[in-house]
Parts: sequence; structure tokens; C-alpha cells
Amino acid sequence: MIKKALTITPKLGMHARPAGLFVREACRFRSEIFLSKDGNEVNGKSVMQLMLLAAEHGAKVVLRVSGPDEADAMAALEKLFARKFDEE
Amino acid sequence: MIIIKGIGASPGISIGKAYVLEDEEIVVTRTEIPRERLRTEVARFKAAQKATHRDLDAAEARVLKLLGKKHAKLIDAHRLILRDTLITHDVPKRIMGEGVNAEFALSEALEAVNQQFEKLEDEFFRERRHDLFDVGKRLLAHLLKHTRRSLADIDHPCILISRNLLPSDTINLQESRILGFATDLGGKTSHTAILAQSLEIPAVVGLSDVSRRVKTGDAVILDGEQGLVIISPTAEALAKYEKAQAAEHEAERALESLKGLPAVTLDDKRFRLQVNLDTPEEMKAVLALQSDGIGLFRTEYLFMNRPAAPPEEEQAKAYAGVVKAMSPHSVVIRTADIGGDRLTQMGLEGPKNETNPFMGLRGVRLFLRHLDLFKTQLRAILRATAKGDVKIMVPMVSAVAEVQAVRRLLNQAMAELEAEGVAVPRNVELGIMVEIPSAAVLLDAFVPHCDFFSVGTNDLIQYTLAVDRVNEHVSHLYDPFHPAVLRLIHNVVTVAHRGGKWVSVCGEMTSDPHAVPLLVGLGCDCLSISPRMFLRVKETVRGLRHSVMARLVAKAVTCSDSEEIRRLMREQGL
Repeated sequence: MIKKALTITPKLGMHARPAGLFVREACRFRSEIFLSKDGNEVNGKSVMQLMLLAAEHGAKVVLRVSGPDEADAMAALEKLFARKFDEE
Repeated sequence: MIIIKGIGASPGISIGKAYVLEDEEIVVTRTEIPRERLRTEVARFKAAQKATHRDLDAAEARVLKLLGKKHAKLIDAHRLILRDTLITHDVPKRIMGEGVNAEFALSEALEAVNQQFEKLEDEFFRERRHDLFDVGKRLLAHLLKHTRRSLADIDHPCILISRNLLPSDTINLQESRILGFATDLGGKTSHTAILAQSLEIPAVVGLSDVSRRVKTGDAVILDGEQGLVIISPTAEALAKYEKAQAAEHEAERALESLKGLPAVTLDDKRFRLQVNLDTPEEMKAVLALQSDGIGLFRTEYLFMNRPAAPPEEEQAKAYAGVVKAMSPHSVVIRTADIGGDRLTQMGLEGPKNETNPFMGLRGVRLFLRHLDLFKTQLRAILRATAKGDVKIMVPMVSAVAEVQAVRRLLNQAMAELEAEGVAVPRNVELGIMVEIPSAAVLLDAFVPHCDFFSVGTNDLIQYTLAVDRVNEHVSHLYDPFHPAVLRLIHNVVTVAHRGGKWVSVCGEMTSDPHAVPLLVGLGCDCLSISPRMFLRVKETVRGLRHSVMARLVAKAVTCSDSEEIRRLMREQGL
């Protein structure tokens, strides 16, 4: 299992579009993927749950990945954060 | 007359007869399903899912055509909601576990999530539940074989009144003859509101019970600016709004009539008004404005969302298309202002997680580290010179050595192309974006090396004032009227002109009718404006006296704070 602390980069937080991008990326991997904010953890492969996290711009979240391809999954999702969910 | 106050979601006035779209509160009843038929019930639910996917495909195609890629991403998010375990897993589980009909299982599952949304304190995120309802309603409609009454059935111009309007309804509004709409629910940041703004349809939302108070056929006035709905207006109110609406239309027509007219001030000083272009998709709209060319063609779009850098051929084709369409007017192509995070995405070595990407490896800094990428883009731009007037502009320049390096590379690219038998003019103009304060202060040192300068106000303000505009704690300090910013631009214009070079301004300041008088007074030769604001800025320029503005600027550069500058402008009635 790998864990990493990240900051929400999209300007309006994790609304439908960025949450959708996250899920699309997460679903490429077999590992289980979770995102948590303020100790509240949700399934990273569910767009509804991600939106319910109500993670606003700048919110601190923890990404937890666990499974056979966890390193690749973590790298891919981290990249999504780094490139600001392609918002430019 | 009844006036109801709501939230203005999309500006404009509409006057007409109401059409009340009755709330499709679909009644779902709980039916017990015998055990042996439960699998069939799940299959029925799956069929509805499939049908809904087809709906979304159709909606996506329509949004793509009407509003472009960005909005189409919303439909993709809806597709993911439809694939969410909440739908695919929870609903069949409820059907099987509770032995109930699919409709009931679905509405229970939706309600459970709705309650979680209700608990969110943040209004913006609470509003996101409408995306879920949108998908849920489509599913229910398929299950109930209930054809949603389409807005396309409305055959006369009217003001639409309903309890709620789903984003998928909103995209049908343009085709139907809707003058405006008002809803009980919704907030300013809901997708419905955003779509209404894009479609330029007046809208008022959050009216709580308007759908019960208005009857189809009632005379209604919608004031999208003030967020008002006026039911059965008095003759007096009607006359007032008809006048306001006529003024609105008149203003639009007046703007339209400015197309093709030169951007000259009342005292005959001519300015070049150009347009900013983000992607060639916008060319049709840009050409309709009859501008003096493109002052900033952002090429970043070519580098987005792809596993490798765009090949020369693809770039050359893209640039040539824009240049040819704009000819004989000039096109200033800015080499890509991409950041380090893009590199790794394109399979190249790049910095990981820069803590401050705005001050990191981006623009010319990145390209001078990846000369192959840079040369490819320069070659592609040079090849477009055959189609019209092309100028090259480099972003994020902070030192003279950078321009010299770019010039060397440009000469190399020219020599290569010539050796390959491609004719390239030797006098292609090369300029820089002035967006880093060091370049603005040291402009005299840049003059011998550049053919022109373009002030990028957004970054120049952010770097001069050290303010991150999206940081709510300091965003109030972001101030285009700050005298320090004004002095920098003043220095750029004065020094460049002394050296015989021309100056353009791009960035949001050119699209702000309040700031434009200052840019006119500063004597910038060219303004590059966002297409949406182009005609309004032209109107502003044509109403100004350059001599008066120049005197105002001479005073403004001696001011010690922006409030003084604003006061000076107010004194001039600006």
C-alpha cells in the first residue's frame, strides 16, 4: 500500500469534470484507490463519491493506493494532480 | 403585478408569455417483485442504462457542436455517473436484496446520495447533485417508458418557467424558441447557469416557488441582471422594461455596426485592434469581427493532452490555416508557454512537482532546455510565412541572453529550411512578451534585439505585485490600476518608441473597458483583445480623445496609489 498527501489543483475543486478525469485514470488500474479529506475516505473509482468529498481548490487530501499495480497507479494519478487536471 | 427576487444567472432582459414546464415529479411506486422475476427486473434496469448511454452520446454530439469541447466534458462526467458503482452496483443489489422494482430501487439509491449531498456545507458542491439527478431522471424515464416532454415541442417564443432545469434541458434551449428561463431551484454556479451564459439566454434561478405562481400564458418579464421575475407587470413596468430591452438591442446593433470601422479616437489617433486566439476552432467567430489581425495566437493547445510533442507537419498545417484565413492582416504566433509538468506527460525528462510553477521551468526557459522542441515549432511557424504576415513572439523572457539564443536558433531554422528548398523571408519579425518586471525595467537593453514588444498584463501584474490571483487571501491585491504596473507599461512604450519599435498589449486589461482608456493614453500601438469583448473595446476607443488620455496618464504615473488613478478617471467621466 502507498499513501501520498496531495493538494487539490483544479480551480473549482473536485467537481464533475476533474472527478471524471480522476476516475477515468483510476479505472485503468487493478489496485484499489481511495482519496480522503479530513479523515473521510472515499472510493477513487466512484465519481459520485469523489464529488461528495467536497474537496475545494487547495484542499489537502490523501491518496491511498493498494494492489498489484499500485506504483504505476500512484504515479499516473500524481501526474494528473501535477498537470492540474488539464485545466489550462 | 408580482415581483419575485431570485438569483440572476445569466444577464439580459426578456419579455413574453410564460410557458410553465410542469414539474416532472415522476411518481415512483414500490412494487414487490416475485423472486423468480428479479433477474428480469435487473435486466430491465440494465437495458435502461444502455438506452441512457445512447442519450448521452447524442447529447455529447450536440454540445460539442454548439458549445465546444470544454462543455462536452460535462456529458462525459454524466457518463461516469451512469457507470458509478452507485448505479451499476447498488441499484441491482437493492432490487435483488429487497425484492423491489427497478424504479423504486433507483430512486431510493438516488435519495440516499442526495441526503449526503444535502449535508455538504459548501454550496458549490451541494449544487453538483444536479448532475446526479440529471442522469437519474434520464434512467427513470427509460424505465417508465416515459418520454420526457422535449423543449423542442415548444413552437412559439416564450419564457420557460420550471421547478428545475437540467443541464441536458438547457442545451436544447437554443434550438427551441426560448426567450429566457426562470427556475425555483439552482444557484449561480450550477451548470445550467453556466450554460445559459454561454448561450446568452437571460436566466433567473433560485426563485423558490415561481413555477407554482406563474401559469402558462401569463405575461412575464425576466430581468437576468437583477435576478427578478415580474408576473403580470403593470403598463408602467412593461414600458420601462421595453425601453431597457430596446436600449440593450440598440447597444448590440451599435456594436455590430462598428465592424469594419477603423479603431480611431475622436482626435484621429489610429490604434490596431487585434484578437487573442486560443485555438483555430474560434477562427470563424474571429473572422466575423473584421479585426486588424491576431495579436496573440496561443499555441499551447497543440501540446495539451498528448503522449508526445506535436510533429512539425501538424503544427505547420495549424499555423498556415490561421495565417491564410487572416491574411492580409498579421498573425502574432506565440511559441508555446508550457510548463515543466507538460514535459513528463510528453515522455521527456522534466522537473517533478515544482513548488512554484509560475516561477518555474516554462515558456522560453523550457524551450531553451529542449532546443529540438523549440526548433520544431520555429520551423513550423516559418513555413506558415508563405501564407501571409507572420510574426513570432516568445513568452517568459527575463534576460537579453534569452532573446539572443532565440535569434540564433531562428536563424538556424531559416538556414535549414532554405537548404531544404523552402523559401523563407529573412525579415520575419521577432518580439517578446513583456510579462516579467525585469524585461519591462530593462527594456532599453532589449530594444536592439527585438522587433516588437507585447505586454502580457496578467503575468506582469502578478509578478510585479507578487499576487496569485486565485489565492483568495491575496486576490484583492491584484490591481491593474496599481501605479507600479502603469509605470512599467509606460516605460515599455516610451523606450520602445524611442528605439523605433512598436508595442502591443495583450492580457485581460485590454478586454476591460475601464482599463482601455489608460492603454490608449499610454500610446500602445496595438491592443489584442479577447473576441467576446472586441467590439465593446472598439466602441470605447472610438469614444476617447487620445490627447486627453495622454494627459491623464502623465498624471497617473505620478500617483502613489490606484485609488488616485481611479479618481482621475472618474473626473474624466470614465
